[in-house]
Amino acid sequence: MTEIIQKVKNLSIGFKSKKGEEILILRNISTNIKKGETVGIVGESGSGKSTLALAMMGYVKHGLYTIGGECEFNSSNLLKMKNRDLEKIRGRKIAMIPQNAGQALTPNLKIGYQIDEALQLHSDLKEEEREQKISELLNKVRLPSPETIALRYPHELSGGQQQRVAVAMALAGTPDLLLLDEPTTGLDVTTQAHVLELLNFIAKDTGTSMVYVSHDLGAIAQVSDRIIVMYSGEIVLEGPSRDILKKPIHPYTYGLLKSIPKLSLAGLPQSMPGSQPQPGTMHRGCSFFERCDFSEEKCKSNSPQLEYLEELNTSVRCFNHKSLMNDSQVNQTVNKIKTSLQDKEILNISEVSISYAKQKLLDQVLNRISDDNPTVKDININIKKGETIALVGESGSGKSTILKSIAGLLRTKGGIIKFDQKRNLSSDLKERDPNDLRIIQLIFQNPDESLNPNHTVEEIIAQPLKLYFGLKGEELKKNIIELLQKVRLGEFYMSRYPRQLSGGEKQRVAVARAFAAKPDIILCDEVTSALDVSVQAAVLNLLQQLKEDFGTTYIFVSHDLAVVRAISDRVAVLYQGRLCEVGPSKDVYQFPSHPYTEVLLGAVLEPDPDIKPKLVAEDIVEEKPPQKGCSFQGRCSRILGDICKNEIPPWQITNSGNSIRCHIPLKELQKNQIN
Amino acid sequence: MLFLIIKRILLGLITLFIVSLITFVGTEILPGDACTTYLERQAFGEQLEACYRRLGLNVPAYERYVSWAVNAIQGDFGYSLSGEMPIKEVLGPRIKNSLVLASAAIFIGIPIALILGIVTALWRDKLPDVAISTVTIFAMTIPEFISATLLILIIAIWLEWLPGIVIVPTDVSFLELLPNIILPVIAIAMIMTAHMARMVRSSVIQVMASEYVQMAILKGVPYWKMVFKHVLPNALLPAINVVALTIAWLLGGVVVTEVVFNYPGLGRLVIESISNRDLPTVQALAIILASIYVSINLLADLMTLMLNPRLKTLQIRK
Repeated sequence: MTEIIQKVKNLSIGFKSKKGEEILILRNISTNIKKGETVGIVGESGSGKSTLALAMMGYVKHGLYTIGGECEFNSSNLLKMKNRDLEKIRGRKIAMIPQNAGQALTPNLKIGYQIDEALQLHSDLKEEEREQKISELLNKVRLPSPETIALRYPHELSGGQQQRVAVAMALAGTPDLLLLDEPTTGLDVTTQAHVLELLNFIAKDTGTSMVYVSHDLGAIAQVSDRIIVMYSGEIVLEGPSRDILKKPIHPYTYGLLKSIPKLSLAGLPQSMPGSQPQPGTMHRGCSFFERCDFSEEKCKSNSPQLEYLEELNTSVRCFNHKSLMNDSQVNQTVNKIKTSLQDKEILNISEVSISYAKQKLLDQVLNRISDDNPTVKDININIKKGETIALVGESGSGKSTILKSIAGLLRTKGGIIKFDQKRNLSSDLKERDPNDLRIIQLIFQNPDESLNPNHTVEEIIAQPLKLYFGLKGEELKKNIIELLQKVRLGEFYMSRYPRQLSGGEKQRVAVARAFAAKPDIILCDEVTSALDVSVQAAVLNLLQQLKEDFGTTYIFVSHDLAVVRAISDRVAVLYQGRLCEVGPSKDVYQFPSHPYTEVLLGAVLEPDPDIKPKLVAEDIVEEKPPQKGCSFQGRCSRILGDICKNEIPPWQITNSGNSIRCHIPLKELQKNQIN
Repeated sequence: MLFLIIKRILLGLITLFIVSLITFVGTEILPGDACTTYLERQAFGEQLEACYRRLGLNVPAYERYVSWAVNAIQGDFGYSLSGEMPIKEVLGPRIKNSLVLASAAIFIGIPIALILGIVTALWRDKLPDVAISTVTIFAMTIPEFISATLLILIIAIWLEWLPGIVIVPTDVSFLELLPNIILPVIAIAMIMTAHMARMVRSSVIQVMASEYVQMAILKGVPYWKMVFKHVLPNALLPAINVVALTIAWLLGGVVVTEVVFNYPGLGRLVIESISNRDLPTVQALAIILASIYVSINLLADLMTLMLNPRLKTLQIRK
């Protein structure tokens, strides 16, 4: 049997509430991390996964305290150790790679110094040797020209580069155990795939044990040998990763896997009802009871114990795991989306370009925008009534910028946005009349920031009703209740404040507010990316249902290609503010496709250890679109030569009506993509 | 970077120009002028004309503004009314005295404020924090004129350690001035120090809660090294502007304190010349105080710019 490197025994961590009650964040956790293995810890926000990872370094956040149990490393309990002794273990024996490297690197210190600091603390190298080592480390994490990177400040690097620096810093102390707290969340899909590939390489190369914490089963599937599934502070399932992903024997994991949209399946995944109980609100019985499809009477009053199943080498916390075992191959069924497409075009975007360049004085006086290389250029999309069109691309692709212009928050530099063939919306917000404002509504990414924390749900939804329809008194109230019911929230939510709602509930309120204006078009800006996976499917299903009821048109912006696949009729792929490919979603997801679409599709992480991402292009970040030629020339792996650099590629149309903007003939494109 | 500095300086000069215009127009609009004040009941006929001619008040207002402004730039503010001596000479020793007072308060106050702020933040909610925070909040809420009066009562009258009122000629030497300034300095420094200490405390606490400090701890950086390398540089940067504002705001405190202690500085001159309707002096004082205000803020902006790598490189890149 392999050596155990970290032993967590009956660990409970919690805090004292204002009333003096002890509230548990982690409940009686026991697990072992073996030498050389990568363990994935997966769970929703609030499941206690990060608290567990930090405890493995002997770190408990301000306000929390250890109630019982221990984290044993080298046969000493880290949670009882003095700070001085911990300093010798942290960074040297156990190192952390943080979630958000951009915020975890000290802003006033150069990259080189921050790595050097770790080397000074944890090695006996002399100064020149350390300098050598810094270059080596930066090389190992595949950063270009290490010498110049070392002299930069954190803010001068891109998100992916910052994350690599954080990896290099963690490796500096040659630790035996690496803890990774959501290390790829917040990175672009392609960057994420590259960083994961790097981590896999490092795990093999150095033989370090890793604990990988994430909410994303797709990422966990790529790296881990073993998976621990956490739910409201408890381990509910623990076992070899393949078994857990293919044959989950706990209802939560089962439901979770069913609710994740997949590239291979069009249509909306089934959603899991409800949301995770808040810490402190747990009663007797199984914490998953309320959301479980397999629950029985005894689950309500008795909490199941974690049970070790010898034959599967798996631990599970469920009374009913045996019945799940027989039929737990995740047969994902999807609700096919009904298209309510009509022939009438509702929004015509033609030749639109948008610029963020600062206006010179002369231009301000003449009230014009002059910028020969604008952020967004040549956008031509005609949107039909009842259609869901998705704009996809990495950060900086201009997808949100286009939404802002349609909403009127940003002036266009050129081109026309026309509503219903007649009303011109390319002007500023100030020049739109109230009805123009009403017909287009926005739902934002983060409901925490888009809902006024000082307004009740009633006030939030009442605002558009009062503003656009002048409703008052009983009628206003009746309308609010109707809208709340439409988004599956009860009447009693009216008096609540946003902070009293869960993430999913908040987003439902935001959806209700958008629909209150009875708009023709709703702009959805990454509406599910701030939500937990189990809640995401429910919100997507809700949006689809409302669309069928009201005949609304959606313009849907997302970086998640699987989500886009699930909900949209048509997809437009953007790179550097230029369109690459536009077509019906079933065709965009099939070849031939634009080389950039190919890169995006290759980088998608599926929650399946057998589907590995294909890394086609480098994940370099370009700051500005090229002056001439194809917008993707800088990263394209199939670049033809001067023609791509000098001439804007033509639109080519496939048999199924998919438009691809590339110099490579369609037949050629398809050839290499079929594999 | 250079462009930005020049822009800030230009903006400062424009501010000063506007201040000078406002004070000039203000003194013009007020009923009566230097001559009517000076001549009092004889302010009519030949005598008034002669006075106007002597002081150059018989030319149109804009001409007077231009000539005043040209002279003021060269440091010549014309003649004071009450003493009939050049304002330059009245101001000189007063500025020196006020500078002594203010800089003593600043040089004592800032280090104490930094230390108190850092200590309270690092020992947050522990005994040192609770004790110091109580005192600083108390010191912040008492206005200077009360703390000054109390200081005089306790230290000068009851204990008889130091003089309570400054009775020295305006142009006294620095050494002779020294024992006299201790109480005024304490009175001014107290409120300012308390204010700054609170600002530094909240800034340090904010940085201590940041992810990069948590990361430094998890990297195994020893506590004090972490404080000096990772926390303080980032926490004190935003404090620079607050300190500048506090210093500028200290000017007001100096006026009050100087009056209470009868201290021969700029502040007392402001009160004196206002009550004597000595408009040329008021004008000169307004400009001088405004320039101090503007230059302190300019200095703080430039310091932040120099020290913040983020701003520095951004500017260079553009």
